[in-house]
Amino acid sequence: MQNIISVANLSKVYASGFEALKDVSLDIRRGEIFALLGPNGAGKTTLISIICGLVNPSRGRVLADGHDVVAEYKAARSRIGLVPQELTTDAFETVWATVTFSRGLFGKPANPAHIEKILRELSLWDKKDSKLRTLSGGMKRRVMIAKALSHEPDILFLDEPTAGVDVELRRDMWEVVRQLRQSGVTIILTTHYIEEAEEMADRIGVIHRGQIILVEEKAELMRKLGKKQLTLQLQEPIDALPAGLESYGLKLDGAGDELVYSYDADAEQKGIADLLKALGAAGIHYKDLQTSQRSLEEIFVSLVSERT
Amino acid sequence: MNIHAIRAIYLFEMARTGRTLLQSIVAPVLSTSLYFIVFGAAIGSRMQEIDGVSYGSFIVPGLIMLTLLTQSISNASFAIYFPKFTGTIYEVLSAPVSPVEIVTGYVGAAATKSIILALIILATAGLFVEIEIQHPVWMLLFLVLTAVTFSLFGFIIGIWADGFEKLQLVPLLIVTPLTFLGGSFYSINMLPPVWQTVALFNPVVYLVSGFRWSFFGTADVNIGISLSMTLVFLFICLAIVTWIFRTGYRLKN
Repeated sequence: MQNIISVANLSKVYASGFEALKDVSLDIRRGEIFALLGPNGAGKTTLISIICGLVNPSRGRVLADGHDVVAEYKAARSRIGLVPQELTTDAFETVWATVTFSRGLFGKPANPAHIEKILRELSLWDKKDSKLRTLSGGMKRRVMIAKALSHEPDILFLDEPTAGVDVELRRDMWEVVRQLRQSGVTIILTTHYIEEAEEMADRIGVIHRGQIILVEEKAELMRKLGKKQLTLQLQEPIDALPAGLESYGLKLDGAGDELVYSYDADAEQKGIADLLKALGAAGIHYKDLQTSQRSLEEIFVSLVSERT
Repeated sequence: MNIHAIRAIYLFEMARTGRTLLQSIVAPVLSTSLYFIVFGAAIGSRMQEIDGVSYGSFIVPGLIMLTLLTQSISNASFAIYFPKFTGTIYEVLSAPVSPVEIVTGYVGAAATKSIILALIILATAGLFVEIEIQHPVWMLLFLVLTAVTFSLFGFIIGIWADGFEKLQLVPLLIVTPLTFLGGSFYSINMLPPVWQTVALFNPVVYLVSGFRWSFFGTADVNIGISLSMTLVFLFICLAIVTWIFRTGYRLKN
């Protein structure tokens, strides 16, 4: 698949001497939803800010749809929409005026029909004449998305799009993002909500201390790193594991009535079948069983902690 | 050239004036009218003519210049400082807009507002004193040049300021005293010789003098020098703005 953003050997050292990005290289594919995860201060916002023109890079190069974001900044920026983390709005402007302003700012002629379409899609049409200061936080977040979409960008950056948004609205936002992807927009989102990345992303990148430590297809990441657990509820409690079962690494939990088996997703089928056979042979019977998989959050925490 | 962006910034700023009509237009007109009542009618009637011009008429160019300078600075500094303060500046900085286009939009709007205000004050002055403009084209030229130059200066202050106090600091502590001491209400020829020399270091003297010449044909300093000094200040401001965008000073990390 063709890359729409290419980051090559990007570094950023602030005037204070803090090195926010260290030789970062990253490719974003056209049409995907890419989630960039990382703890606070990892460099997520700096990376986005450099791509969008808000921060000057110290070294390296970024291409947006083939255009250098520094040398050809006009061509590059016209393809990008940004929804920043902070809810920054002109309090005394109306929804319609502020979205129309954004379209003009990005060099597009007035197109009321397009603005109307965006506002309707984001459930803002009824509020088009409302002053921004009268809107709720969730509505303001939608206005910021509308502003970012007003000039019909190919690439949309969502920096913590659902921070401070209630659960219901968060799910509405996810739906909006999915619709945008269906319309061909490439979406890069940063989030603290791992659930959000797990729910929406096609690929996931993890940034830590200014370095990209992992980029992987979400499904592949879950498959590779998503440890699974099989929990067996025993019919009768046991005091100790019978001989011959040591190789499975079983753990006896509860009051001796629960066996926990951890395994890699790759070895799933053979491992479980062998274990169940061995348990039967040892005379251990179970009344119930359940499997669970490590969440993306657990994967993320373990990846980061490995490098801390 | 991103004409749509210039237009968007310009119209956005002009719309802000519309929302704050009392503060933007009515307040300066009222305060200038008070100057005319106090200095023009009450005190001016007891003062002798200066270079053959009645005192009431003599102060008209100075008062217009006073308003033009303060409003140009105030409009432009607030226009760029407020988005920095609220954080909405991110949108301008991430847009496909060149520094020239950004400055044209903001400074153009600030200059337009102060020129409109100056013309309203000129019309208001006509209600109190007799006004004659001997060189209307030069008058407009000085009006536009001064408005653009001091809007640029205000733009620089707006970028430099990191708080509302700093935003007011330069206009209140430097520009207003310079304007009052720059011959707005008197000819510098009325000063003792030593102070006449000191006054020539005040850039506002050249603006007021040139502007007054366009009205009455008389000036404290040569019209060519007035124009040159205005242009010098304009180019200094342009150079500073260019440096700001080149380095990202107080705009980008």
